[in-house]
Amino acid sequence: MSSPSSSARKRARSSNPPTPASEDPLSLSPRPREPSTGELQPMPTSPGTDMQSPAIQDTSLFSSPVQLPFDFLSEVDMSSPLIYDTPSRGTPARQRPDLGSVRKAPQVDLNSEPVSGGSHFIKSSNCLQSKIFGLYAKRFLQRFIDPSSREDENACLDLNEPLYMQKLDEISVVGDPVLNVNCGHIQTFDADLYRQLICYPQEVIPTFDMAVNELFFDRYPDSVLEHQIQVRPYNALKTRNMRSLNPEDIDQLITISGMVIRTSQLIPEMQEAFFRCQVCAFSTRVEVDRGRIAEPAVCRNCNTTHSMALVHNRSVFSDKQMIKLQESPEDMPAGQTPHTTVVYAHNDLVDKVQPGDRVNITGVFYPNEPVLCSLHKSVRGKSGIYRAAPMRVNPRQSQVKSVYKTHIDAIHFRKTDERRLHGLEEENEQKLFTEERVSMLKELAAKPDVYDRLSSALAPSIYEHEDIKKGILLQLFGGTRKDFSQTGRGNFRAEINILLCGDPGTSKSQLLQYVYNLVPRGQYTSGKGSSAVGLTAYVMKDPETRQLVLQTGALVLSDNGICCIDEFDKMSDSTRSVLHEVMEQQTLSIAKAGIICQLNARTSILAAANPVESQWNPKKTTIENIQLPHTLLSRFDLIFLMLDPQDEAYDRRLAHHLVSLYYQSEDQVEEEYLDMAVLKDYIAYARTYINPRLCEEASQALIEAYVDMRKIGSGRGMVSAYPRQLESLIRLAEAHAKVRFSDKVETIDVEEAKRLHREALKQSATDPRTGFVDISILTTGMSATARKRKEEVAQALKKLIQSKGKMPAMKYQQLFDDLRGQSEAAITKDMFDEALRALTDEDYLTVTGKTVRLL
Amino acid sequence: MPSVQDWINNPLGVVDGAFAQNNSGAEWEKKVVEYFKEKLKVNGAQSWVPSLNDVPLHYLKPNSLVKFRCMIQDMFDPEFFMGVYETVDSSTNSKVLRCGKYKDVTDCGQVDFNSRNAVTSERQTFYCVPIPGESQWVKEISFHQARVVPSTSYTPNRHKRSYEEDDEMDTQAQQENNCQWNDSHRNVESKRLETEAPSQNNSPSRCSSNLDLNFPLPGEQGPACLVKVYEGWDGFKLNDMLEVFGILSVDPALSLMADDKEASSLLDPTESMETVEEQRAHSPPASLVPRIHMLYAQPLKHNNPLLPSAVSEDKGACRFLSGVLSELTSVRSELLTYLTHIFLGDSLAAEYLILHLISSVYARRDVLPLGKFTLNVSGCPHSSPYTDQLYQIIQQLVPSSYQICMSLHNMNNQRMVPRKDYTANRLVSGTLQLASNTSLFLDETQLEQGQLDATGVRNITALGNLISWQKVDYDFNYHQMEFPCNINVLIVSEGRSLLPSDCQVHLRPALSPPNLEEYLKTVQLAQASSQLNKYRVYFTVARSLDYNISDQITKAVEEDFVEMRKDDPQSVSAEDLHRMLIVARLLSLSYGQTSLSRENWIKAKQMEMMRISRTQQQKCVNGNEP
Repeated sequence: MSSPSSSARKRARSSNPPTPASEDPLSLSPRPREPSTGELQPMPTSPGTDMQSPAIQDTSLFSSPVQLPFDFLSEVDMSSPLIYDTPSRGTPARQRPDLGSVRKAPQVDLNSEPVSGGSHFIKSSNCLQSKIFGLYAKRFLQRFIDPSSREDENACLDLNEPLYMQKLDEISVVGDPVLNVNCGHIQTFDADLYRQLICYPQEVIPTFDMAVNELFFDRYPDSVLEHQIQVRPYNALKTRNMRSLNPEDIDQLITISGMVIRTSQLIPEMQEAFFRCQVCAFSTRVEVDRGRIAEPAVCRNCNTTHSMALVHNRSVFSDKQMIKLQESPEDMPAGQTPHTTVVYAHNDLVDKVQPGDRVNITGVFYPNEPVLCSLHKSVRGKSGIYRAAPMRVNPRQSQVKSVYKTHIDAIHFRKTDERRLHGLEEENEQKLFTEERVSMLKELAAKPDVYDRLSSALAPSIYEHEDIKKGILLQLFGGTRKDFSQTGRGNFRAEINILLCGDPGTSKSQLLQYVYNLVPRGQYTSGKGSSAVGLTAYVMKDPETRQLVLQTGALVLSDNGICCIDEFDKMSDSTRSVLHEVMEQQTLSIAKAGIICQLNARTSILAAANPVESQWNPKKTTIENIQLPHTLLSRFDLIFLMLDPQDEAYDRRLAHHLVSLYYQSEDQVEEEYLDMAVLKDYIAYARTYINPRLCEEASQALIEAYVDMRKIGSGRGMVSAYPRQLESLIRLAEAHAKVRFSDKVETIDVEEAKRLHREALKQSATDPRTGFVDISILTTGMSATARKRKEEVAQALKKLIQSKGKMPAMKYQQLFDDLRGQSEAAITKDMFDEALRALTDEDYLTVTGKTVRLL
Repeated sequence: MPSVQDWINNPLGVVDGAFAQNNSGAEWEKKVVEYFKEKLKVNGAQSWVPSLNDVPLHYLKPNSLVKFRCMIQDMFDPEFFMGVYETVDSSTNSKVLRCGKYKDVTDCGQVDFNSRNAVTSERQTFYCVPIPGESQWVKEISFHQARVVPSTSYTPNRHKRSYEEDDEMDTQAQQENNCQWNDSHRNVESKRLETEAPSQNNSPSRCSSNLDLNFPLPGEQGPACLVKVYEGWDGFKLNDMLEVFGILSVDPALSLMADDKEASSLLDPTESMETVEEQRAHSPPASLVPRIHMLYAQPLKHNNPLLPSAVSEDKGACRFLSGVLSELTSVRSELLTYLTHIFLGDSLAAEYLILHLISSVYARRDVLPLGKFTLNVSGCPHSSPYTDQLYQIIQQLVPSSYQICMSLHNMNNQRMVPRKDYTANRLVSGTLQLASNTSLFLDETQLEQGQLDATGVRNITALGNLISWQKVDYDFNYHQMEFPCNINVLIVSEGRSLLPSDCQVHLRPALSPPNLEEYLKTVQLAQASSQLNKYRVYFTVARSLDYNISDQITKAVEEDFVEMRKDDPQSVSAEDLHRMLIVARLLSLSYGQTSLSRENWIKAKQMEMMRISRTQQQKCVNGNEP
């Protein structure tokens, strides 16, 4: 949309000091007085204080160097209410129910203020203020430039141009009469204006509206909009968590975050009532003021009393929806239940959010009126016939429940999890770090032993297993995400998957629990209890709306986090099969009940598996011990064995560690290790800001490492590395660079990755028969030597049978004994069975019960 | 004692007085709280305050000071109220400033909502229930204690009578009382009584059909209460045990307004923001769920009425404690004999039960709860009243407890994990919402073969989590929230339990009495109530002791561990050491020793050895079975 011509025009406009047109008395009148600087007069102080002491205010308001002469006031036509639609040229104004209770405060003040000198003056100063705010607002909109903008919605805008003028441009093209204004921008531009906006949104936002409309219709006099542009401020820096809302926030602009838990049906709310006289058919309109309609008691035309009847279908209604917002779980102190708040959405904000959405809501915080309004009710109840029901003096009315309910009128919604669906990154952006924190983290990162420090800070109650902790630490940081979708390979996986297997009771679950508690978007499931549906997503029909709703499971929920799966081996096959796609492609395809979609599941998987025979059998391979399909195993970057090391020194250290658990007080331990919060921040910071890339040396080192790995095996006719292992190495090296807060992957990173990878392989891919590392154990499920031996036994058996000559059938046990007697190596029953099976596959023989028949 | 009468009977008078004296600053609020704290500090003053736990609601005077021993079941949203407001007298048109604190409804006169002197304040509401699973003896003893002191006005003789006669007489007496009450009091009062009466007649079913009071455990009785908290509400946590001192508010206007609103909301759903369910949950009739405006709350570490409630610097409490400590060992041996009898002569099981009953989570290291000691007593006879009786005996000893029969039906149907109900906007309680140090008795002998459905699996998982991590994941529909807990879980089963446990003891009865029931009854009856009280005090005191291990012993333990591993590394794992250390800890505490001695370490090792060999033998016996 920023075609050269339009931007040229824009530049021409904005470089010109204020518009020369005379139609705008607002921006003109003060300016000629001080043309040299173009500065505006200082802000008036808050309207509240003005009203209390108009006389004093008088001086303070005009105490600026520029003395406003009185004719300034008369110059501006006070009678036209804020010149609301002067510049809009026929585009209808639209009521803003989101500022619904507007005008309440000033009116009340005017009437119940016997002290004030002249009420007229207050009114005018009030008006004047609005105008001045309007000027400031305009100045902000015209001039604000944010060269460092990172928001995605500003993606296609020229950052060196006034941001909001470009947005107006957009409005003229798109025709959506809503202007979202970031309060953060206002604050950096003009702190006073920001303060006013926060404290008096009901007054300031309409002036913003005015200013925008003036600007807009000045520039695009011919554009046609549905209604006048409405300004929607968001990101009021006073973003609060719901818990800290207190009575001081009433009537202020606030932004709170939370989760939508319930939305009501659409509620039509009357904005303007239409009355017609039943006698003379004279009609009149009455605006609803604070939920009440002042019903005309007398017809103005024929003077009949109580003849006016409400005509429903000619009254004006607006949409309204009640939304219940609950505190997001992250904001909550431990051990308390979440708070909820009622939010009202109006007009086009209705149905913008669904239950389950995480949103930031900007709006005005209101107390509800403690008085029940009986008029309003009878309008609805009596099917169109309106009776004048004067407020009955209820004897109980003297006792009022002294509690206010409160609600927020939403002005702006911003879904915080929306970006995840669009696949954009940097959602962590919201988590802002204070300067001190960042410098503290950087200081920590500069330490040479930061890697060891961090890994020992991880789950300090679990003793040793240093390499496993290091592996998990690298998993927490993750690799760099690479996008190859242009070349058709899609995203490369950046997440590191880790499998822990080992004896029961080696604190695997505890590690998992720790990780789950550490990462913000972690999920913990147990293989025993979870089904495929629980991991992925399921489709549910909402009982109320009959709408199909996709409920996401653990894997999708842990997108960008870590999914911890305990008892991985107990998982059913169908459930496990889901993981295949997730662990390599990082997506999840769903085809259920008419919904076909692909969800992102960029999750790291940390799984724990127990050996099948309760104790780890060192004589067997990993695959044999845990009985998992090798297709799945090869998707783990690191597979660690958690075994009991049998070594005296270790035992001693372990004992000391455990004993100390039982008498050290909690603060003593805190001192020794890094705080969990620091670790959390460190990881969050690195994940957000550090994106290391391979440098030349490092890539050479990686290539060498890979070639070496391949070489080891090829000497013995085994394959010891596949491209998948290379990818793992890269990821690990990148993660290690992130730990150092380094933007470059260097040789030391590769070294550590190699070491860790080798350690893990040494543990899990060692062929127990030969003692060599053999990656094919993990990739094909069987070591090369084992396969060879199997072959040999089968051949030996075949020979044996052939040597027996023509015998149609043999006894099973007999054959087994014969084979054992013949062979020099010990042959187990399993091996014998396997050989029989191999021969069966060759169609050489069949086994039925205890007899073996030749074919 | 006129002064006593004053601050107990008319605390609002004190509040209003303070407000009138000093309405400029916020100091008066502090002064009020201080005043009541001071008053309550006076020796024995707390027992002058009538307790909502003991005295039926309709005997209590509205707007008087009451106390309530309770657990926070749910926390509602904070509410804004008129802290200071102005009323206009319609006849004279004069304005009066009034204080709205500690009150639910405004006082007489038309309220001027637009007054600029009005102050809006904030308060928090907790939904409190009596401590779930509180043993009968706790209730009885605290009732007696309350009666000993010069009680406040209400009909103390009636209490005496109704208490000392049996249940049947009790209800009769109450009905009589009701009649008398009706005559002499206002109509509204009687109305409230009528709704209250059925719940007194031991028929909780009827009461709960109208209104679910949301007790964690089924079949519980007692008043639930909405406690309004005015300061420091961040300090309270869900499931905290509290003794609340506050002003009772049962203003009938509250209920009336609720009715009114309910009716109107039916007419016009848009008018109120709340659903009918929410209304019902958040503003139940005051006659069933009274409001207490909290002046002072004492967090309870335990609910044992035989001990001074909190850690106080009180000299009396100290003297009491040292007295208990001196005879701890003798009480322990008596207790051991008693429990050995109960376990049919198995003293090892009895030892372990003692350790189990004094265990408590004393710290958490990352996610690991330290100090928990879940005991699995296996080898209990299937389908015999033995387990029930065992539970009854434990109930006699601990202040609060609950038994879950793990029958298939129960597992598939019971709601264990609390769940957030978003329509009513409240936390629907479950049986695992328990206060600290509640004894949970899981009877696995009741479990038969069959299909567990989704709820059943969830319940089993929840129990497993509770045992392993001492936490319950409350279900908030869109997410789960983890609440740490401290619950002593005891599992009785035939074989090894399907749930994890820290320690499994196989029961080996030394004697087999012909009539088990009779036998257990006689054993129980042999214990005098004073004896039982000693045991009760013993458990609570032993649990709260501090503990440490000296460097010397640490060395010795290390040596020992290395030595054990040398012979056979398979025999002792890190987990075993964990367990030995905790057994040693609990063993020391059970003797009242606050640091580990060599003897106790050796004894702990021996106990573990005996226990493990017993389990292994059991395995051999069952080895033939598939």
